[in-house]
Amino acid sequence: MAHGPATLADGWKAYISRWVFTTNHKDIGTLYLWFSFAMFILGGAFAMIIRAELFQPGMQLIKPEFFNQMTTMHGLVMVFGAIMPAFVGLANWMIPLMIGAPDMALPRMNNLSFWILPFAFAILTSTLFMEGGGPNFGWTFYAPLSTTYAPESVNFFIFAIHIMGASSIMGSINIIATVMNMRAPGMTYMKMPLFVWTWVITAFLLVAVMPVLAGAVTMMLMDINFGTSFFNAAGGGDPVLFQHVFWFFGHPEVYIIILPAFGVVSQIIPTFSRKPLFGYSSMVYATAAIAFLSFVVWAHHMFTVGMPIAGELYFMYATMLIAVPTGVKVFNWITTMYKGSLTFETPMLFSIAFVILFTFGGFTGLMLSIAAADMQYHDTYFVVAHFHYVMVAGAVFSGTAAIYYWLPKWCGKMYNETMGQVQFWVAFIGFNIAFMPQHFLGLAGMPRRYADYGLQFADWNMVSSIGAFIYGGAQIMLLFNVVMTIRKGKPVVEDKVWEGAEGLEWTVATPAPYHTFEKPPEVK
Amino acid sequence: MLKRAQALFLSLLSLVVLLPIAGSALAESSASQLNMPQGVTEVSQVAYDIHMIMIWVCTVIGVGVFGFMFYVMYAHRKSRGAVAENFHEHLGVELLWTIVPTIILIVMAFPATTALLKVYDTDNPDIEIKITGYQWKWQYEYLGEGVKFMSELNTSLDEVYGRAPKGEHYLREVTEPLVLPVGKKIRFLVTGNDVIHSWWVPDFGVKRDAIPGLFTAGWAKTDEPGIYVGECTELCGLGHAFMPVVVEVKEEAEYNEWLAGKKAEAAEYASTIGKQWSAEELMVKGEEVYIRSCAACHQANGEGIPGVFPALKNSPIALGAMEGHIAILIDGVAGSSMQSFAEQLSEVDIAAVVHYERNAWGNNVGDVTQPLDVLNYKQSK
Repeated sequence: MAHGPATLADGWKAYISRWVFTTNHKDIGTLYLWFSFAMFILGGAFAMIIRAELFQPGMQLIKPEFFNQMTTMHGLVMVFGAIMPAFVGLANWMIPLMIGAPDMALPRMNNLSFWILPFAFAILTSTLFMEGGGPNFGWTFYAPLSTTYAPESVNFFIFAIHIMGASSIMGSINIIATVMNMRAPGMTYMKMPLFVWTWVITAFLLVAVMPVLAGAVTMMLMDINFGTSFFNAAGGGDPVLFQHVFWFFGHPEVYIIILPAFGVVSQIIPTFSRKPLFGYSSMVYATAAIAFLSFVVWAHHMFTVGMPIAGELYFMYATMLIAVPTGVKVFNWITTMYKGSLTFETPMLFSIAFVILFTFGGFTGLMLSIAAADMQYHDTYFVVAHFHYVMVAGAVFSGTAAIYYWLPKWCGKMYNETMGQVQFWVAFIGFNIAFMPQHFLGLAGMPRRYADYGLQFADWNMVSSIGAFIYGGAQIMLLFNVVMTIRKGKPVVEDKVWEGAEGLEWTVATPAPYHTFEKPPEVK
Repeated sequence: MLKRAQALFLSLLSLVVLLPIAGSALAESSASQLNMPQGVTEVSQVAYDIHMIMIWVCTVIGVGVFGFMFYVMYAHRKSRGAVAENFHEHLGVELLWTIVPTIILIVMAFPATTALLKVYDTDNPDIEIKITGYQWKWQYEYLGEGVKFMSELNTSLDEVYGRAPKGEHYLREVTEPLVLPVGKKIRFLVTGNDVIHSWWVPDFGVKRDAIPGLFTAGWAKTDEPGIYVGECTELCGLGHAFMPVVVEVKEEAEYNEWLAGKKAEAAEYASTIGKQWSAEELMVKGEEVYIRSCAACHQANGEGIPGVFPALKNSPIALGAMEGHIAILIDGVAGSSMQSFAEQLSEVDIAAVVHYERNAWGNNVGDVTQPLDVLNYKQSK
C-alpha cells in the first residue's frame, strides 16, 4: 500500500509539497475545482462592477475605459478560468472512478496542466494594474481594436492565452489517453457513463481548436510587434480574417463548455428518477453530431460583416440543424424522468432548471440563427441574454448540480438539504431576474458592451442589476454550503450515497479513498 | 415533506411555465420597449415578421415540451408512490423526435431565406451614401453630390458624469443627423476608418459592420418622415456607447432644400480658407474642436491617460515646430490609435485645434496657426 496523502498534521511543508507535487487525480481534481471557484468569484466580482455601473444611466462609478476592461476580463475569466477548469476538475475526479481506472493515464502532465493555470491568470489579472490598463477589447478581441489600438498590456494577455491553451491541450490529451487505455475490463465504449463520453468528445474538440486560438493570438503578436499585417487593412491584411479564425475556435468553444454539462445532467437525472437514462446510444450520437456541427457553423457570429449571400444562407441552414441533436437530448432527459420515481434533491433541482433554462436559451439560439432577424439581434443584449442562458443556466447550473451530487462521495459528508434547496431557489430566481429582462433590452435596441445607455433602457437595466446581485449572493451561499459540509456535514457511510445512483464511482468507499481501483473492477 | 415538495413544485411551475408565455405576451404588446420594432422599411418588416414566426414556433414547442415535463414532475414523484419502470429506449419515438424537428426546420428555412434575400436586395439605388465609422463618430458622404459631414454625439460630458441633469434625448442626439428623403431607395456603403464599428438603425432593419478596408452594403426605403435613432453595435473603444446614429427622413422637397443648403455651405467654406484668423478666434474655435474630437483620448485638461494616450500639455510636439504638429494631425501616427484627421476635420478646424493645443493649459508657444499653413502642408505632400 502506497503512503497516504500528507495532512496538516504532518507539518505545513509536507502539506504544501503534497499539493504542489501531487500526481493523484483526486488531488488535482480538487485543485482544479477550488481554483475554478476562485476564478468564478473573481469573474463574478467583475460582473458586479459592470451591473453596478449599469444600475442607472450615466457614468457613476467607473470610467468607460475601465468598463471595457471589466467586460473583457469578466468574459475571459469566466470562460477560461471558471467554467473550463471546473469541468476539467470534475473530469479528473470522476473519469477514473467511472471507468474503473486507478488514476489518469499521464499523472505528471496532469500536475503540469493544472499548475500553469494560476500563472496564466496571475499574468492576465496583473494587466489591470499596468499602465494603460488591461485588455479592453472584449473577450472576442476583434482586430484591429486588439492589435493596433490595444493597450500595451495586450502582450501579457497573449502570453496568458497561450498558457491557458497549453493547459487545456494537455488536459484533453490526458483525458483521451485515459479513456482509451485505462478502462476496466468489460467497460466497453458503449458502456461508459455519458459524462465520460461527453468529455472524450469535448477533449477532441479542445485538441482541434485550441491551436487555432493560439494561431490567432500569435498573428496578433506579429502584427503588434513585428510589423506584419495579417489583420491590418492598411498593410493589405483583413480584419475579417481575424473573426473567421477566432470563431473557428470560438464556436466549438461554446460546445466545449456545454457538452460536459450535458454529461453531468445525464448522470444526475437518472439517479433521481431511479430509472436508466433513456436513449443512451442516441445521446452519444447526438453529442458527436453537435461536436461535428460545431466546426461548420462559425460564421453565424458574423452575419453583419457583409458575407456573400450564399455564405450567409449556408451558415444559417447549418446553424438551424444544431437544434435537431440538441432537441434529441432534451427529449431524452424528459423521457428519462417519465414513469420514473422522482425526488427533488438539490442536484436534481439544478438539473431540471438546467433542462428548462438551457432549452430556453436554445430557443433564442434558434431565433439568432435566422440571419435576417439576426441583423437586428446581433451585438445587442438579446445575444447577451441568450448566451448567459446557455452558459450560466447551462454550464454553471450543471456544475453546481455536480458539486452537490458528488460532494458526499468526495468528502464523506452530506450537505444540508434545506440550505442546498434555499441556495437553488435564490440562484434560480436571481438568474431569471438578471437575464430575462436583457432579452427585452436587446430587442428594444440596447447594444452590448455599452458603458452607458439612453433613458429608455433605464428600467430593465435596474431590474437586471438587482437580479445580478441576488445571483451573486447565491454563489456566496454555495461557498458557505460547501465549506460547512466539509467542516460540519453529517458523515455518510454508504458507498452508494444516493438511492438511485448507478455506476462504478458508487462502488468505492465513502469518502473515496486516496487510491481507488488498484485492482481493476470487473464490469459485466 | 409532501407539503414542502408540493409548494416547491408549484413555485417552479408558476415561474417557469410562465416564462415563455410571458415572453410572447410581452412580445405581442405594442410597447416597443419590449419587442423588436416593426420599423418603417421593408427590411425591418421582414425581420420583424420572421422574428414573430420564430417566437410563436418556439412558444408552441416550449409549452408542449415543458408542459409534458411538468406533468411528469407532478405525476411520477416518489412521494406520490410512483414506482420506476425500467424502459430505456424506443426506436420509433427516437426517430420521430429526430425527424419531426428536422421537418419543422426545413419549413422554417423558406421564410428565413426569403427574408434574407430581401435584406440583400441592394441593387438599383436612387441615392448612395458612404458611411465611415471613426472613433467615435460617423461621417456621411452623399456620393456624387459633394456633400460630406461628420455626425457626433451632442450630449455634454456633464450630463454623462451626473454634473448636469440628463436631457430627454440623452445619448440619442447628434451634432448633425443623416438626412434622407422619403420614397427613394437609399444604398448605404459602410466602412471604417480605424477599428471596426457597426452602423445600426433598428427602424430600418439595417445593421452593417464598418470595417477598415472593406465596404458592406445595406439599403432602406421608407415613406414615413421622422427621426430614427440607432447605435454603434461593434465594440470600438472607450467611446463605443457615445456615438449614436440619428437619421432624419424628410419630404422630398424639404430634402432637396436641405441638400442645396449643404452645397452652398461647402462653397462658402472654400472661400473662408484663405482668410487670416486672429489668435483669439482660433482659441475659441480650437477649444470647441478639441473638446469634440480630441478630449476623449487626450482629456479636456490635455494630460492624456498615462500609458495609453499621451499628454499634450508640455509635450515636445505641441511645444516644437508648428509643421511637425500639423503633420501629426494630417498623417496620424502609424501603429497607434492616433489616426489621420485629414478627412475628418477641415483645414480651419485643424488650424484652430493646433493653435489651441500650442497655447492652452500652460503651453505657451505664442505662434498663430492659419488654415493656409495646413493647406500648404497638405499640398506639399
